[in-house]
Amino acid sequence: MSLRSGWRKCLNASMLGLTAVFAVATVSVLFFILGYLVYHGGKNVSWNFFTRLPKPVGEPGGGMANAIVGTAKLLFVALLIGAPVGVLSGVYLSEFGGKTLSFFVRYTADLLNGVPSIVIGIFAYAIIVVPARHFSTFAGGFALGIMMIPIILRSTEEFLKAVPSTLREGGMALGVSKWQTVLTLVVPAASSGIIAAVMLAVARIAGETAPLLFTAFSNRYWSPGFNEPVASLPVMIYTYAIGPYPEWHEQAWTAGLVLLGLVVVLNVATRLIFARKMAALR
Amino acid sequence: MEKQQHLVPAYVRKGDVPTIDLATGRLNPRFTISGLKVSYGANEVLHGIDLKVFANVVTAVIGPSGCGKSTLLRSLNRMTEVVRRAHIEGKILLDDEEIARMDVVKLRRRVGMVFQRPNPFPKSIFENVAYGLRINGYKGGLSDAVEHSLRRAALWDEVKDQLQKSAYALSGGQQQRLCIARALAVDPEVLLLDEPCSALDPITTAKIEELLFQLKASCTIIIVTHNMQQAARASDFTAFLLEGQLVEYQSTSKLFTTPSDPRTEAYITGRFG
Repeated sequence: MSLRSGWRKCLNASMLGLTAVFAVATVSVLFFILGYLVYHGGKNVSWNFFTRLPKPVGEPGGGMANAIVGTAKLLFVALLIGAPVGVLSGVYLSEFGGKTLSFFVRYTADLLNGVPSIVIGIFAYAIIVVPARHFSTFAGGFALGIMMIPIILRSTEEFLKAVPSTLREGGMALGVSKWQTVLTLVVPAASSGIIAAVMLAVARIAGETAPLLFTAFSNRYWSPGFNEPVASLPVMIYTYAIGPYPEWHEQAWTAGLVLLGLVVVLNVATRLIFARKMAALR
Repeated sequence: MEKQQHLVPAYVRKGDVPTIDLATGRLNPRFTISGLKVSYGANEVLHGIDLKVFANVVTAVIGPSGCGKSTLLRSLNRMTEVVRRAHIEGKILLDDEEIARMDVVKLRRRVGMVFQRPNPFPKSIFENVAYGLRINGYKGGLSDAVEHSLRRAALWDEVKDQLQKSAYALSGGQQQRLCIARALAVDPEVLLLDEPCSALDPITTAKIEELLFQLKASCTIIIVTHNMQQAARASDFTAFLLEGQLVEYQSTSKLFTTPSDPRTEAYITGRFG
């Protein structure tokens, strides 16, 4: 009896310990990456990095201002394409879709979410870059936008489904048509969640490299407008990290740190907005 | 006489409710329901209801859970259509118009509804009441209309200084009266209430019942309730539903004192339900 209960306690403690070890391992991976980035990239973070163009190899100084602005432009284009498509189809799924069609759309979105990013890159290359005969910000943003759609779609659907049905009934009982109820009551009630989902999707695709390699390509100069190749942080990291020069490696680390910082800022800002909106509702 | 004494529940206060005889009373029917059958999928909830609901009185619909009283109420403004696969047979006339042929948006503007749980919109108190008016393109003084509706719902004095506050900051009873004000804002001819007091305390319930008395001058009121005391106190007519059938429909005082059907008697004396 006591031997049995002793064994049980022992087993309980060791299982608890085992799960704790893996939980700590998960957290420490992030902190290890972060620490490593800060260690290698931190020393080169300077004002110049954010304001200067890349310098030729051998010249000291120089930054990645063009890549930072390029990433922002690419994310902007992606947002313009991904957010409306994702949000509106999420609204359709949650509010209007019949069973069969909803299942089809939802399943397709999940498949799209699983398509390797490089394949989406090839797709954008084939339908935009090849006909236009040149790389462009638009093509890169298009590829990233496609990647955003399923992420935004599914979370929009989830947030809309969480809106109590009594709200819809309340609107419709007032003689408000269905689409007006959705537009003026349901979507606003879920808006903070939807905004958070969109921003998290932006954070998620900010680090994508593969779809940009043959759509936005890269360059070492400012890229005016949206119709020319453009540098981006992930592609710069890729280029610099495999380059033969130690200065490039250091700059790649710094770019990695900046990119991670950008994603963290987006994440934290989203959560803050979300928390404030939720607090305002109460 | 002995038996009748026994039948009268203590909560029926004589004189509170008018005794209008259904056969001789001169009342205008607002809703004329004939042969109403409603089913969800294979499950038929109402098995053919015939009922005349009179204008400018309070009609209570009572019955045990699952008897179809909410479904009956929801048929009257076609909210049954919101639930998928609800199949409806029979005829419902609002005045002389068949509601199935009416534009559903117009119908619901004439027949307002208040739900079991208060469901204010996540907006300010003002916007909650103004919402229906805005959507309907109301031309005129919005703030006057909002004040008027809040006064009719006996809520104005409590909220007049905090109209811009979130409706969620109100208590449950205030929220329910806000929902009544919201429904009244579009000036409906009929107000349907689906167990409006089941989530509220007795004092708030009394306030809402008082409100119904005042409202029936301008509105026809149909209230579904679990609470027989409430039906006895607040209504002029009572319909008793059991398993999707209309068992008895009488003036409230008659139904609660001398029910003609033994099942009604059994229900109101608390032998089942």
